[in-house]
Amino acid sequence: MPNELKPHSMSSRERTRDRYFPNVTLRTHQNKKVRFYDDLLKDKIVTINFMYSKCEGVCPGITANLLKVQKLLGARMGRDIFMYSITLKPEQDTPKVLKQYAKMHAAGPGWFFLTGEPADIELLRRKLGFTDPDPELDKDKSSHIGNVRYGNEALQLWAACPGLADARWIAESISWVDWPKKSG
Amino acid sequence: MPGVSKNRQREIERAFELRRQLSSAGLTKRELLKMGLMAGGIATLPIKGAFAKALRPPVLFGGGPSSPPTRSFIEPMPRFTVKQPVASLNPAPTVAPNTAAGEGRKLSHQVLTQFPPQKFYSVSQQQAQVSMSPDLPMQTIWGFDGLLPGPLYIAKYGEPILVRNFNNLPPQNQNGGFGLPSVSTHLHNGHTPSESDGGPCFFFERGQFYDQHYPNVLAGFASTHPPNGDINESLSSLWYHDHRVDFTSQNLYKGLAGMYNLFNNFDNGDETNGAGFRLPSGEFDVNIMLNDKVFDPNTGLLFFDIFNLDGILGDKFLANGKIQPFFQVHPRRYRFRIVDGGPSRFYQMFLTDLNNLSAHNLFWQISVDGNLLPKPVQVESFRMGVAQRADIIIDFSAFAGRSIYFENRLEQQDGRGPTGNVLAAGQGNLIIRFDVVLPPVQDNSANPAAIAKFYDLPSTAATPRITRTFRFERTNGQWAINGRFMSCTQDPNRPPGNFVPRFKVQQNSVEHWILQNNSGGWEHPIHIHFEEFQILSINGQPPANSPLVLTGRSDVVRLEHNTQVELFFRFRDFLGSHPLHCHNVVHEDHAMMLLWEIAIQGDNNTQP
Repeated sequence: MPNELKPHSMSSRERTRDRYFPNVTLRTHQNKKVRFYDDLLKDKIVTINFMYSKCEGVCPGITANLLKVQKLLGARMGRDIFMYSITLKPEQDTPKVLKQYAKMHAAGPGWFFLTGEPADIELLRRKLGFTDPDPELDKDKSSHIGNVRYGNEALQLWAACPGLADARWIAESISWVDWPKKSG
Repeated sequence: MPGVSKNRQREIERAFELRRQLSSAGLTKRELLKMGLMAGGIATLPIKGAFAKALRPPVLFGGGPSSPPTRSFIEPMPRFTVKQPVASLNPAPTVAPNTAAGEGRKLSHQVLTQFPPQKFYSVSQQQAQVSMSPDLPMQTIWGFDGLLPGPLYIAKYGEPILVRNFNNLPPQNQNGGFGLPSVSTHLHNGHTPSESDGGPCFFFERGQFYDQHYPNVLAGFASTHPPNGDINESLSSLWYHDHRVDFTSQNLYKGLAGMYNLFNNFDNGDETNGAGFRLPSGEFDVNIMLNDKVFDPNTGLLFFDIFNLDGILGDKFLANGKIQPFFQVHPRRYRFRIVDGGPSRFYQMFLTDLNNLSAHNLFWQISVDGNLLPKPVQVESFRMGVAQRADIIIDFSAFAGRSIYFENRLEQQDGRGPTGNVLAAGQGNLIIRFDVVLPPVQDNSANPAAIAKFYDLPSTAATPRITRTFRFERTNGQWAINGRFMSCTQDPNRPPGNFVPRFKVQQNSVEHWILQNNSGGWEHPIHIHFEEFQILSINGQPPANSPLVLTGRSDVVRLEHNTQVELFFRFRDFLGSHPLHCHNVVHEDHAMMLLWEIAIQGDNNTQP
């Protein structure tokens, strides 16, 4: 082969991790330090969206919608299904601010609001594809991407839906990336 | 080759290809000049070392990688494998879903007894290893019967068939990084009852099968044109592909697609039969599936950008599963049935003579979306969005002993759609090289210039029962139709497999649909299942046939930005739900889709 291609020593799961999931350190709304891959993604079913606490556009609707999703997921929330809402304005959204936000929206166990170093947040935003191809729109935080990614890290199943989609439908979508049923 | 030696031809090709790759690597004309690459020297440089690196920028579209270099036109374009029927299926197909035997269907067949299958097929969706280029490692794909592209069905009007479709895909955690082993196979364009159409919500799981009944019957058989339907609604070139809600882009990119040619007594597959249209047939009737893909620059393995929301563009162009193949032809007429197999790219295809860039190489377009036009139209190019088909006739006798290229000259830089620029000859993507090197042979096909008529266009004079308006929108990156999103919500008051539709169309009625796209810069190929439409107007003007053929019967409309199109529909014969959606499969997977239903009683929702 003329291309100097390296035989793939990494598994596809490792390649996906390598490409998309930088293991940056973030802080939860409970002011706990977490690593993005090691602590938040590995072996878990997750949803990921971006927001900020003072957002008056699309965020309140999405947060209210995700609250319904959380209720539909029931006891699995915090056990093997987790929801992550990452702030786009880490300078303003300190863990304390996010804690208030979580409390105001009655977010339950397994739902983490995350902040961190601005450069790390921006890296995550780009790696996870929450970007607009129009550079002007991409800079405007009020027009930020309102989709919710859902996925199962271990099974390498990833998709996304609009954050304002019907909550029951979002919960059903998450079931597609669920672990295989034991029987059948 | 007279005039131009083979070596010289290769040098010319390579020069064009390298220049294209370098400019797509973001190098400006000035930088190229500085490197001395705008002159002639480029042709002889090997694709190695520093050059390979220059061709391998770290970032291409939307953060994805760009592919390692591959050589062009060193492998022949494969023909589709023709699917062969089986004598019988065991257990025998049943009207009601055979759940006990492992069938994933939820709804009963509407017309299985009225149109008893005369042929049975068994197809298996499974993982396989294929080569897309000798410069890349073997690729793991998911294919129908493990083939890329999937097999070609040869079907006939009046000959109903039943396809038993098995999901033998590997377990979830063996998907190689993308793809969901849960599938629904859509026969794109078919006048097929809803339960066999392969809509987004009718997916079935690993280990299950799904019986799909294709009556191969003309629209109007139970309504406007009993008992055989309207001959002017004949379909010719169809394709089939995965349509699994939210995962279509991944499964399609993995290879789950094939084609389906549908013949009748006129378009009869026999160019010697004077009772028909005498279109090039047999060896001279060639299906082509176009795809663009990206390969990991380090491993050379197929790469899919799982977090893309805009549309995925490849930097490698494949025809029938091979990167930039050549195709040897006789100096005579050929029919090509071409499908834009996606995932997101728009094409405008030209015939390019690299030794005479100023030549306008004309050919004949005979279909839009695989449906024969009233008569052939002589064109210099045709345009396609994802899932669109075009049948064309090329007469290679004028190019005997020479090579001519199928070139996409439509500039597109990201998922938003084409820039609007049509590039100069040789500046686009050379996809197939036709080598007119085979000996002269008999050509019994009709000269397209002498074909006065295929079919009439069905009348669009009927008054619509209702006119509905659909806005294709994007807010905060969320794709929507009339501000709402796709879901497959089971109707709690009906048996499983009945989903809540956004609106109900009255069976055997006429409707006008207005599609609007006010979003800045985005173009959407909008597909409506089940019935063909005709474009009544584009921004208030009737569609023209120049420079692009826009009249005819279609099932995908390219909805350019700041554009409004009005479509004529007649919904006939069957009941059941179907989708309307953007066929940029990335937009489709992110909810730019809705379900509508043909019902006994329609509703009056003008903005559903």
